[in-house]
Amino acid sequence: MLLESFRLALQAISRGALRSLLTVLGVTIGVAAVITMVTLGQGTTQQVSTSISSLGSNLLMARPGQISSSPGGSGTAAMFRVADADAIERQVQAIAGVSPTDSRSVTTVAGSINRFTNVIGVDNRYFSVRDWTIAEGRAFSEGELRSGATSCIIGAETARQFFGSLDALGQTLRLKKMACRVVGTLEEKGGSTFGASQDDVILLPLRTFQRRITGSESVTLIFVAAASENAITQVQSDITSLLRERRHIGAGEDNDFMVTDMRQIASMAGSIMGILTGLLAAVAGVSLLVGGIGIMNIMLVSVTERTREIGIRLAIGARGSQVLAQFLVEAVVLSMVGGILGVVIGLALAAGIAALLGVPFVIDPLVVLMAFGFSALVGVAFGYFPARHAARLDPIEALRHE
Amino acid sequence: MRAITKVYGAGEAELHALDGLDLAIGRGEFVAMMGPSGSGKSTAMNIMGYLDTPTEGAYLFDGVPVEHASREQRTLLRRNFLGFVFQGYNLLPGSSALENVELPLAYRGTGRGERRRLALRALDRVGLGGRAHHLPSELSGGQQQRVAIARAIVTRPALLLADEPTGNLDSARAREIMALLVELNRDDGITIVMVTHEPDMAEYCRRQVHLADGRIDGMAIAGAGHAA
Repeated sequence: MLLESFRLALQAISRGALRSLLTVLGVTIGVAAVITMVTLGQGTTQQVSTSISSLGSNLLMARPGQISSSPGGSGTAAMFRVADADAIERQVQAIAGVSPTDSRSVTTVAGSINRFTNVIGVDNRYFSVRDWTIAEGRAFSEGELRSGATSCIIGAETARQFFGSLDALGQTLRLKKMACRVVGTLEEKGGSTFGASQDDVILLPLRTFQRRITGSESVTLIFVAAASENAITQVQSDITSLLRERRHIGAGEDNDFMVTDMRQIASMAGSIMGILTGLLAAVAGVSLLVGGIGIMNIMLVSVTERTREIGIRLAIGARGSQVLAQFLVEAVVLSMVGGILGVVIGLALAAGIAALLGVPFVIDPLVVLMAFGFSALVGVAFGYFPARHAARLDPIEALRHE
Repeated sequence: MRAITKVYGAGEAELHALDGLDLAIGRGEFVAMMGPSGSGKSTAMNIMGYLDTPTEGAYLFDGVPVEHASREQRTLLRRNFLGFVFQGYNLLPGSSALENVELPLAYRGTGRGERRRLALRALDRVGLGGRAHHLPSELSGGQQQRVAIARAIVTRPALLLADEPTGNLDSARAREIMALLVELNRDDGITIVMVTHEPDMAEYCRRQVHLADGRIDGMAIAGAGHAA
């Protein structure tokens, strides 16, 4: 009997193909919008989390200042010194490496090209802690680090921007008034964190950076790699207590520095993306609702148009429940057709936009299933009222209807 | 089927479509109900067909009182014991002759193969075996009415109700339809009650009941073979 209703429904729908198509458009758009939003949202979330984890998931970052004050910006909290990093390396257990750094955006010139580039003062510990590999050339020599030589190592994107296809090694970049020679290039990591490519970077020996760029002894960011993921929490609290001691912070006083864990950042970014995706999906869901009302409308019209048919069916022995089933199945089939179209269009749209934005295209079968299931539910919810109306018609009246 | 008494008195200001009608129809009868429009013949038909309920009075079907049957019960009674033939054929336009005839069986839950077999047999019975897959719009009026008759008899009903079955047909087609009904009554033993206002058609029936103002105005007995 169900199969029968299904066949009848398809028959009725194909009889008014254009009208059916217009009817399901609402559901189609709703489902397509939900799928597009959620798929893109998940793609973006995945991208953010991979790029964050490419920074190193066992990574901790210590910076002076508090959450509200920007590092290096506020004058109240004293900057770190290289000695702080050395103390962490000596005294904290279960760490794989420590790297003191400072960074600035500096106008950089090579030939006729002039652009802002992120310049970081580092020592050779930076490469292992941040998981960078030298692609060509070499790391800094001990001599360069000690003397503050004007050598630099540049990221793959920076090399492309300034030197195009030319070999970057041995070329000269001018940072402020300082000319520095490229002694190495970094292996490309790909991906971007919040818009900035992490491959667009110039590394200077920390001492050079401090003397020539900032003119201070400051270290604004200390990276610490924990030996394992399990150790992160312990390492974080050890660093905190060590730094409190070194900075003479009394018991009960607030920290004037922060030690953050990349995982916290990753989960925070993830939850922000989740909220955004949810909001977008909710907006898209509203159009599903509107689509459902469209279906109810057309089913009511259909019931009125087919009053005579309903009368015939009732007269020759159809029970009310059978007529109800017929129209309900019709509404559900209608909305499911809309749902299928919506899934297809939504995925195609998401794939297109994902390719355009360079976001990974992630199909979540659960979301597809849910959007589809919801469209069927819309059919049941909004098809029930017209179907009940049909089932309760008086056969005599219905037969008299022209 | 015996002892049918129907009294239908609608409320105070209402029209008394049927006003204390008493009618008994025996098993195997072929009865014509005649009368001017407004005489209550259609109302009587609707009550007999369980499409409507009497306001007052009793309706015994096969000795069982059914006048207080619920909507659902009446549907089941209709489905199991009755066949309908209408003036306007009332076939589903989008379905073939075969599908139309299968429909009552489908609602009874008869299996697909059995349904097809019974429907084809019914179509054969009305002489339309070769047109099973035509749409109603591809058939003439007489043929459409034959499909409707096939649909009515496919469930082997105890009672066939025909409401002006020849009303839309020319006299030659009408006579063919009447001949078919007579045959079904005689050979298959189906009780038939037919509403008509054409005396010519009523001649085919063995008994004629004349209604006026919701009451029986007169009766006449005729043999199916001889003229009355």
